[in-house]
Amino acid sequence: MLLTSNKAVLTVTNLSAWVFWGLLLGLSGVSFNVGAETAEEKGLAIATEAKKRDLGWGDSQSTLKMVLRNAAGQESMREIRNKTLEVRNDGDKSLNIFDYPRDVKGTAFLSFSHPIGSDDQWLYLPALKRVKRIASRNKSGPFVGSEFAYEDLSSFEVEKYTYKFLREEACQLGSCFVIEQFPVDKYSGYTRQITWIDTVEYRIWKTEFYDRKNSLLKTLSMTGYKQYLNQYWRATGMEMVNHQNKKVTTLTWNDYQFRTGLTDADFNKNTLKRAK
Amino acid sequence: MKAITEGLFEVSVQRPFLVVLMIMMMILAAVYGGSKLIFKSDYRVFFSEENPQLSEFEKMQATFTKNDSVAFIVAPKDRVVFKEKTLAAIHTLTTKAWQIPYSSRVDSITNYQHTTAIGDELTVEDLVLEPELLPNINLEKLKNIVLNEPVLYKKLIAQDASVTVVNATIQLPGIDPVTELPEVVTKVRQIQADIQKAYPDLEIYLSGMIMLNNAFSESVLRDSATLIPIMFGVVALTMALLLRTISGTVATIIIVMCSILSTMGLVGWMGFYLTGPSVSAPTIIMTLAVADCVHILSTMLYEMRNGLDKKMAILESLRINFQPIFLTSATTAIGFLSMNFSDSPPFRDLGNFVAIGVMLAFIFSMTIFPALLSILPMQVKPEAERKADFMSKVSDFVIAKRKVLLVSFSAIILMLAIFVPQNELDDDFVKYFDTTIPFRQSTDFMQDNMSGLMTQEIEVNSKESGGIHHPEYLSVLARFSDWMRAQPETDNVNILSDTLRRLNKNMHGDNPEYYRLPNDRELSAQYLLLYELSLPYGLDLNNQIDVDKAASRIVVTTRNMTSTENIELEKRVSAWFEENAPQYTAIIASPNLMFAHIGQRNIQSMLLGTSIALVLISLLLVVALRSVKFGFISLIPNLVPAVIGFGLWYFIDGRVGLGLSVVIGMTLGIVVDDTVHFLSKYLRARRTQNKDIVAAVRYTFSSVGHALWITTWVLVAGFMVLAQSSFKLNASMGLLTALTIGIALIIDFLFLPSLLMSVDRDKQGNDSVVIAEENKYVVN
Repeated sequence: MLLTSNKAVLTVTNLSAWVFWGLLLGLSGVSFNVGAETAEEKGLAIATEAKKRDLGWGDSQSTLKMVLRNAAGQESMREIRNKTLEVRNDGDKSLNIFDYPRDVKGTAFLSFSHPIGSDDQWLYLPALKRVKRIASRNKSGPFVGSEFAYEDLSSFEVEKYTYKFLREEACQLGSCFVIEQFPVDKYSGYTRQITWIDTVEYRIWKTEFYDRKNSLLKTLSMTGYKQYLNQYWRATGMEMVNHQNKKVTTLTWNDYQFRTGLTDADFNKNTLKRAK
Repeated sequence: MKAITEGLFEVSVQRPFLVVLMIMMMILAAVYGGSKLIFKSDYRVFFSEENPQLSEFEKMQATFTKNDSVAFIVAPKDRVVFKEKTLAAIHTLTTKAWQIPYSSRVDSITNYQHTTAIGDELTVEDLVLEPELLPNINLEKLKNIVLNEPVLYKKLIAQDASVTVVNATIQLPGIDPVTELPEVVTKVRQIQADIQKAYPDLEIYLSGMIMLNNAFSESVLRDSATLIPIMFGVVALTMALLLRTISGTVATIIIVMCSILSTMGLVGWMGFYLTGPSVSAPTIIMTLAVADCVHILSTMLYEMRNGLDKKMAILESLRINFQPIFLTSATTAIGFLSMNFSDSPPFRDLGNFVAIGVMLAFIFSMTIFPALLSILPMQVKPEAERKADFMSKVSDFVIAKRKVLLVSFSAIILMLAIFVPQNELDDDFVKYFDTTIPFRQSTDFMQDNMSGLMTQEIEVNSKESGGIHHPEYLSVLARFSDWMRAQPETDNVNILSDTLRRLNKNMHGDNPEYYRLPNDRELSAQYLLLYELSLPYGLDLNNQIDVDKAASRIVVTTRNMTSTENIELEKRVSAWFEENAPQYTAIIASPNLMFAHIGQRNIQSMLLGTSIALVLISLLLVVALRSVKFGFISLIPNLVPAVIGFGLWYFIDGRVGLGLSVVIGMTLGIVVDDTVHFLSKYLRARRTQNKDIVAAVRYTFSSVGHALWITTWVLVAGFMVLAQSSFKLNASMGLLTALTIGIALIIDFLFLPSLLMSVDRDKQGNDSVVIAEENKYVVN
């Protein structure tokens, strides 16, 4: 599971990418016309550029404070340490270790996300002292009771969606592309999402999620973008507002470190028990 | 005052077109407000903000998830759920149900998240992920899983697997109550029809709290399509048969329509909304308005038969009737205003609507009614004194048998009074609707085949953050679930301890020996974290557990029960927690408990309201009759009909609820009318005509008997029409009111004169001086 997601992108001049995606679109039956870029092509191009700009960060570690607030305003808090390993041509691997509440301290959740199909998940419960593999199709389910679904937090992969460019408009990050994305996975909880991506750095400013009956379900807003390694943008704050049940989840990311030397061995179910 | 009113009457008769035009314009202005009236279709309207059961329930809903739902009850005609075709239908239905507006979750036996464990591998999956997989699924095994899952048992699957439910959780935003509910119901019905068409071997019924809410508006629609036309028919027929005048009938119907339209318009302007009970206001107003017109018409016709020309007859009738009609309108209004003491807002509204309507009817019958009568042609056929003969027979009978009547009526009254408290308190919202309403049919079907719709939701608070993980807390829950499941009323218990037992088993390779609670706090907390990690779309733990993890909610589904049974079970549950877990607080709430308590609360509050109305009305009568003594005597015919009515009710139905607890206040104002007419004529005979008691009784019968007979007939007929409502709350209210008004006439005809003759007996002969003295004050 994981959180990545702040990327963005821009399009345009990369001829080889154009040719590649053009072929892909041609195969999927969409007519491709070099002269006039269609909305679908433009959307895809933006998504592709966003992904491209976020390649190569290797691994990261950070701390996450999650605050859940219900409609009556009551709050509860969780503290999680997150480690993520970038995986080329597949979803990223992530390891989340719970520090708070005390009762669940040391619980570790390992996830290998995949753009299409189920993720691989393992859970270590310290009180049981065993690692359990969990096979589940619940990408659309909530992550630890929050308003974020697994699919909202797992790494952004171009092939998870089909795209449609809607328009360009002013936004808090300056000027944004507004793109509609349609999940490819039939078990997604959404019919579509509308995402605002800034036109300069390709960072996501806001995403609206539409549920299976195509009603607005949630809005995700990103704040406090910081750039790491002179290239990679990460938001400090993410706020997910559920418009239907009026609950809100805020995530606060701190202490980002990149290229800390994590390897596959750190994301291994056999070492999950020792995860610290 | 008198000069002013008579001046006004003069205008009505001499310038009828002007009066009609002016009043019509005022009515039109009022009626426009009717466009602002909306119908609120939500069971919560029955409860005021201060209602303790409502606030407890709302508090619980704020802590946990609010869940109104639609239940699709799927009944295969061969009563076999576990076969490919039916399961495929359920899968399709589940998928379609996600399309219901404002739905947040759909639960069915096909999308139930089943966890299996092989060694350290847990698989969490829909029981039937895709219908294409069905041929490879062992249906017997599937059936076993479903029937043995406590969450599903009798909630989504019938005990013999003959019926299943697909449950959609709906969260209405509540922004536009007028459109949201119909939007949901339209989609739900469309899905129902689609599935039924695609799978003709299935029956699909709809229940759940959303459908309950919808039933309120549906029964109102049904009623307005039938009751209102019937009511007009009754009015027309009564007028035509009893008064034999077409113009009079037409004029009366116009008055009735004006009264209803302007009342509903005015309350629209005032910002009221309509609810199940308050929509009966038009029917009641219509009935009461007719009574006013009958009095005016019958006097007018009487005067015309005696040779007065039409205009003079109208003026004479208005002169004679102004005071009694004002008085009876005022007492009726007071009676209905007493409903403001009701604990349930819809009944306050009903009382206020009718009170406004009655006073408007009074104004219209004094202005536009005479104007219409002067415009419309009117002939009087000489009528045989048939009715008068009948009345004199009644008076002869009463005079002859007065002692027998007095004794036997006293005996009957006392006897029936004994049965009044025997009526059982009952507010069962399922039975608020008669069996013609689909909600009632579906809910009865669900009750017969699976489970009730009623619940007891119990919040058990450990009073400690994270306290729900404590082994002691969980063991209390486990013991409670065992006890609760052993109660005969229980259909399903949804409780946290079951979830933890199941998880413990899953985490031990599905070894059944581990179907027990984890014995340390951390383990419970970590299991719950695991559980949270595996919940599907639309579900979260908040449904069961508060944010602070200090409290959990148990939802007990029971069969549909009466108020008394609901309250009894509530007490038993409460006692269990006091005895077994005094360290925790247990709060019990649910919609059916709200209804269970409201009848009783309403009766208490209405007793106060009715007493105040009684005092006010009696004072008014003392003033109007110019006699303290007769003011007191009037208490008897005013109160006795309700006593007899409720006594008889024990034999008719025996259940008293929200609707009936307002009947005393409501009928009080109406039955007083008979008393007023009867006593004022009697006193008039005694005072102005110096008649002895017997002669006064005879005079009273001959002068007012016929009009009382007709108005009672109209009132009884009107409330009997209301008694045909598919909304039982209104139907019972109508029936008992009709009964009470009918009894009031019997009391006024047979018991009151006997009483007068016995009370006045000794004074006969030597009271003439006093009577002569009193004459000075008599207005009529």
